[in-house]
Amino acid sequence: MAILGLYNNLNTYLIIGALLFAMGIYGIVARRTFIAMLIAAEMILAGAALNFMAFNRFTAPDPTTGQIFTLFIMAIAAAEAAIGLSIVIAIYRQYNSIDAEDVVELKG
Amino acid sequence: MNQNIASHPELFSVEGLVGVVFLILIAITLTGGIIACNSNRVVRAVAGLIVCFVGVAGLYFFLNSPFISMMQILIYVGAIAVTIAFAVMLAAPEEKKKFGPTGPLEGPFAFATAALLAGGFSLLALNTDWPVRQKINDGSVEEIGIRLLTEHSMVFELISIVLLIAILGALVIARREE
Repeated sequence: MAILGLYNNLNTYLIIGALLFAMGIYGIVARRTFIAMLIAAEMILAGAALNFMAFNRFTAPDPTTGQIFTLFIMAIAAAEAAIGLSIVIAIYRQYNSIDAEDVVELKG
Repeated sequence: MNQNIASHPELFSVEGLVGVVFLILIAITLTGGIIACNSNRVVRAVAGLIVCFVGVAGLYFFLNSPFISMMQILIYVGAIAVTIAFAVMLAAPEEKKKFGPTGPLEGPFAFATAALLAGGFSLLALNTDWPVRQKINDGSVEEIGIRLLTEHSMVFELISIVLLIAILGALVIARREE
């Protein structure tokens, strides 16, 4: 059964990474709360990291590079989540809402 | 290790059962992702994110790196998802209105963008002949440690500083004004 051999195929991982990325884009465009957008951004980063790991396993000559890069992506994601959530909390104090539609003070 | 020749394992062999586990992991990842970007409640989206990241950690296991898989669970599930859950509690997004798309066209447009991106990337991946090169080491944790402290030591130190500054900045921004 060919479907059971999918785990040994580069394209499988690339397509899953593309799907994660697309779900993240959908989340960022369609959701309206800041926290939901942040969750979608984390999914975009996860899709990118999965791509790095797939190329690292199947094509890269040095299989440590992709793993180290993925570790760095995780660190950046952690920093991004910390900063983003603190901004969300500051916005909530100011506006009493985390809806992106309510934070429009600069809108003309 | 030629990825162009698809293997055809039997269902009740070791490879076949590994393939079944892999399909289950794909299902977990995609289900979690769909929950994370579609549910109306933020807490449910965080739970979906956790499910999705556990699935991705399993995929990393299949990609020959149990270390990154453990790191994924530790950092994403253990730290980031819990931080987001904290923020959900602190910012208390009341469910006074639906958190869905704002206009009638926003959802379909977003879906079309996402579908175009996913389809385009998938076609690109399927139609490209990726070159396969000889491995120069086995990618073990030992090798990762050596590379982190020799070739990538500068980036390693920089990322530590970035994390430190990010945490300090987060504290400063979120602090209550006296």
